[in-house]
Amino acid sequence: MASNCMCNEAGVLIFPCSGGSDVGELSDRVARKMAKCGQAKMFCLSGIGAHIPGMIESTKAANKLIAIDGCPVACSKKTLEHAGFKVLAFNLKDMGFEKGKTKVDEDTIEKVASKISGGKVEKTISRNSGGCCGN
Amino acid sequence: MRIEILGVGCPKCKQLTANAEAAVKELNIQAEISKVTDIDKITEYGVMMTPALAVDGAVVSAGKVLSKDDIKKIILK
Repeated sequence: MASNCMCNEAGVLIFPCSGGSDVGELSDRVARKMAKCGQAKMFCLSGIGAHIPGMIESTKAANKLIAIDGCPVACSKKTLEHAGFKVLAFNLKDMGFEKGKTKVDEDTIEKVASKISGGKVEKTISRNSGGCCGN
Repeated sequence: MRIEILGVGCPKCKQLTANAEAAVKELNIQAEISKVTDIDKITEYGVMMTPALAVDGAVVSAGKVLSKDDIKKIILK
């Protein structure tokens, strides 16, 4: 296989809303955490909204799409659905996080990432005190 | 018609190229088939999964090796 090959299985793609509020920031940092830990590939929601053909086609190649939204407006879920994708959606409001009242720190990021990934982050953290991938 | 195969040159990219060449040959049409192997160029297309296929500059598939028949259908659209 050529170096830098991008033909590996698309697997799970994760789309945080990355909104301007604290819960938007949390969605973004959770997605980055999960990507860093190898649980999903982070992808560009704006590319879907802009209907960039390469991004739409790349998204079609995924096995599963995860949307993380910070608030009930659910921009990520709706953007993906509008583009015709079926998505597994998580909303931070449903997890008890309120817009304007959420502290975004490592502990919170790991807790949310663990919930979304079905405990995989947490389990790995318990083995490696530094976090799921040593960070 | 301009057909581009986007990929850095792995076996999947080569197979897609072969399928595209076979599709063009069977349809007996004029088409220029070229490979885009530069990763910066590939990402400029918004492609994150290769191999990808672009027809006249528009990406029509990414992350899969289309069969000859799939490519023929795309060309005939």
